[in-house]
Amino acid sequence: MSEAAIELRGITKTFGSVIANKDVNLTVRRGEILAILGENGSGKTTLMNMISGIYYPDEGQILIDGSEVVIRSPKDAYKYKIGMIHQHFKLVDVFTATQNIILGINGDKYNVKTASEEIKKISDKYGFIIEPEKKIYNMSVSEKQTVEIIKALYRGADILILDEPTAVLTPQETDKLFEVLRRMREDGKSIIIITHKLHEVLSISDRVSVLRKGEYIATVNTAETDETALTEMMVGKKVSLNIERKDPENTADRLIVKNISCKNAEGRTVLDNVSFTAKSGEILGVAGIAGSGQREILEAVAGLQHLESGEILYVNPKNDETVNLRDKTPTQIRDLGVRLSFVPEDRLGMGLVGNMDIIDNMMLRSYKKGHSAFLDRKQPKNLAENIIKSLEVVTPGATTPVRRLSGGNVQKVLVGREIASNPKVLMAAYPVRGLDINSSYIIYNLLSKQKENGVAVIFVGEDLDVLIELCDRIMVINSGRVSGIVDGRSADKNEIGLMMTKTQEKGREQ
Amino acid sequence: MAKANTASAKTAKAPREPLFHIVKRSSLPFYKSWLIRIIAIAIALVVCGILTFILTGENPISVYGTMIEGAFGTERKIWTLLQDIAMLLCVSLAVTPAFKMRFWNIGAEGQVLVGGLACAACMLWLGNVLPTAVLFIVMIIASMAAGAIWAVIPAIFKAQWNTNETLFTLMMNYVGIQIVSYFAMAWESPKGSGKIGIINQSSQAGWLPTIGGQKYLLNIIIVLAITIIMYIYLKYSKHGYEISVVGESENTARYIGINVKKVIIRTMLLSGAICGIAGFLLVSGTNHTISTSTADNRGFTAIMVSWLAKFNPLVMILTSFLLVFMDKGASEIATVYRIDQAFSDIITGILLFFIIGCEFFINYKIVFNTKHKKAEIAAGAADAASSAKEAE
Repeated sequence: MSEAAIELRGITKTFGSVIANKDVNLTVRRGEILAILGENGSGKTTLMNMISGIYYPDEGQILIDGSEVVIRSPKDAYKYKIGMIHQHFKLVDVFTATQNIILGINGDKYNVKTASEEIKKISDKYGFIIEPEKKIYNMSVSEKQTVEIIKALYRGADILILDEPTAVLTPQETDKLFEVLRRMREDGKSIIIITHKLHEVLSISDRVSVLRKGEYIATVNTAETDETALTEMMVGKKVSLNIERKDPENTADRLIVKNISCKNAEGRTVLDNVSFTAKSGEILGVAGIAGSGQREILEAVAGLQHLESGEILYVNPKNDETVNLRDKTPTQIRDLGVRLSFVPEDRLGMGLVGNMDIIDNMMLRSYKKGHSAFLDRKQPKNLAENIIKSLEVVTPGATTPVRRLSGGNVQKVLVGREIASNPKVLMAAYPVRGLDINSSYIIYNLLSKQKENGVAVIFVGEDLDVLIELCDRIMVINSGRVSGIVDGRSADKNEIGLMMTKTQEKGREQ
Repeated sequence: MAKANTASAKTAKAPREPLFHIVKRSSLPFYKSWLIRIIAIAIALVVCGILTFILTGENPISVYGTMIEGAFGTERKIWTLLQDIAMLLCVSLAVTPAFKMRFWNIGAEGQVLVGGLACAACMLWLGNVLPTAVLFIVMIIASMAAGAIWAVIPAIFKAQWNTNETLFTLMMNYVGIQIVSYFAMAWESPKGSGKIGIINQSSQAGWLPTIGGQKYLLNIIIVLAITIIMYIYLKYSKHGYEISVVGESENTARYIGINVKKVIIRTMLLSGAICGIAGFLLVSGTNHTISTSTADNRGFTAIMVSWLAKFNPLVMILTSFLLVFMDKGASEIATVYRIDQAFSDIITGILLFFIIGCEFFINYKIVFNTKHKKAEIAAGAADAASSAKEAE
């Protein structure tokens, strides 16, 4: 048997005029963990989707065990023992783990009774912890991921592809996942792990392949490289990955959130007695597993979330008067003279309108001004041109629909608009998600600058390393409850990771 | 084991590669997209010509001549054509703000009918009572109010309880049709005919005046005015902007503090009111009577006019011309060559198929896979290598 489990030769894939992958060559050996490293939009996922049968390459060949294969569908991929674990899980919520695992299989393996045995065998072999009869909707993200991995193994996968598997995990869960992956490697399986987190690459992989803007750059042995070298390969030039964090000055309470609770549409409590204070001149970070109530906190402040109890007090910097924002509409909040800006998580679905051009998107916040029944596009046009210039937005012009811009430029337009209104409170939810390294640092620096200007910044993030580097204080939430607020300068990543999950388990035992 | 592997790989080779794939176009220059549309219409005409030739044995060129003859043949035909375009355009303008808001108002048919019914009622009851100017004001207000009420009922339910507006507006059509057919019996004249004859035949009270000696000219002018107003309203007014935002993303609308419920209700009031005007023009300015077929399916054809024009009122002049022209031409072919009336529907169907179908080629392109040949050469090399290995 040849050493290469899978080999890609000259793979090219284009979407319209966008080249997602260009002439990529790649080899994965038996019994190794290969990390695919690249920035957002560098074509990592597209490449893997071609191996797993979701896309079909325009050019190039895929070889498995030395002979060329044609993979047209995920079914074909399983025939060649390739299994992919997508970033967004593909599970049926109302089914149990076992049902999900055997779903869509033909023949002998489609048997719930024998499946349970087999699943148990697989779990014992690699050290998974799984409850086969548990329904998916009762599972945590990490449990769902386990089901996805077992699903691939149950179908006999020898080559496993994991797309950003750690993005949604706590540090502790990540460690557990890596242990399992190492055991699989010892068993002779080939594992491809897509990631953009450098320290994870260094801790888990045997070799690293770097992609940049769809092109294959190089493959190096992990043992012979370091973070700086990898970053340089990934970005194409030297970048400094430091965030300048000044000490907060002239802090004063700006936003006081007292004991707020709320329920979601299904009547489940999503915020439970949350209290915190955001101060002017500092960045308050919010850490937690995705869906722990981050969105609800921000939306409650912005006037988009009805509260069961509690109050949200805004201290006006002009006269130190406080106003209660609870259950006010966004328009009422604006009319009260509250200078609040909000960069929501869903950029094109909430913060901006994708089909409208940059000018019309600038108007979203301000179009109501004045008594005329008609729109004034003059000021928004100036603002659009200013933002394009000052934030270096790459766009054919101010009349280009926002959806045509790349993720980083979309975010610059949104953040630019929100900052342009001179806010006193600036809330940003996952503002760098999907952005390349350079754009990410532009956003971090914009937030830091706002803080230096005396704005109370609330930053919801997912990368704990960034939160610790950027924020002055970090509030950790967990299932809608605040499990603690720590100092950004002395915080420990593992400690935050534990706070994100610990009380959750305690709550379950009770 | 190794042999089995290569064998299965061999069978899985070249023939299984997909022949082509479909790629979304990022954008197409203005003239190119229109070129595709014109080509599509040309192909459609050729297909129609061939079909007519097979069925009638007539020369296709003379068939097209007949189509044009049917639409533009006489001065009267031209005026009827313009009138029909104006009426279709009016209903299309009415549904456009709703569609732009992504509110599926397929109830224009009913909204037009109840608007027309309100107009007819005014003509019957008040026609010989009120002075002319007052009568027209009352007629227009009554028509608009009736259309607006018909449209706002589903809108309120949608805004308050998020009911499905598609089903709701559709069902309101049938209620409207039934009400009209009830009044057709109640007001029948002469007795026993089962329909309302020409209203105020002798006094002509409530008949929209003819200007310049042309019966339909005033209708056409009114619709043109509405077209321009609607264009400005959608593009330059704050209301129009709110409609776009709500249509594109309700979440964004909430985020910036637009009262979504209010916008839905306000826009549907407008949509229904313009349908009411269409009903008014049909009853007072055209037919001087009302029946269940007064709206003549325009409420549904309007959906096509609006979408083909991508909700641009000015382009809608063109798309409604196209649809009316095809309809007239096709029915002329059926009459002249004495073919069943269904034949004209077939012709219209073919033309529409090509016109709507070409939008696919404007948005996507088909790329044939060229990989095939290259892969084969490489595979040949790989085969040679593997057989050499086996020989060892």
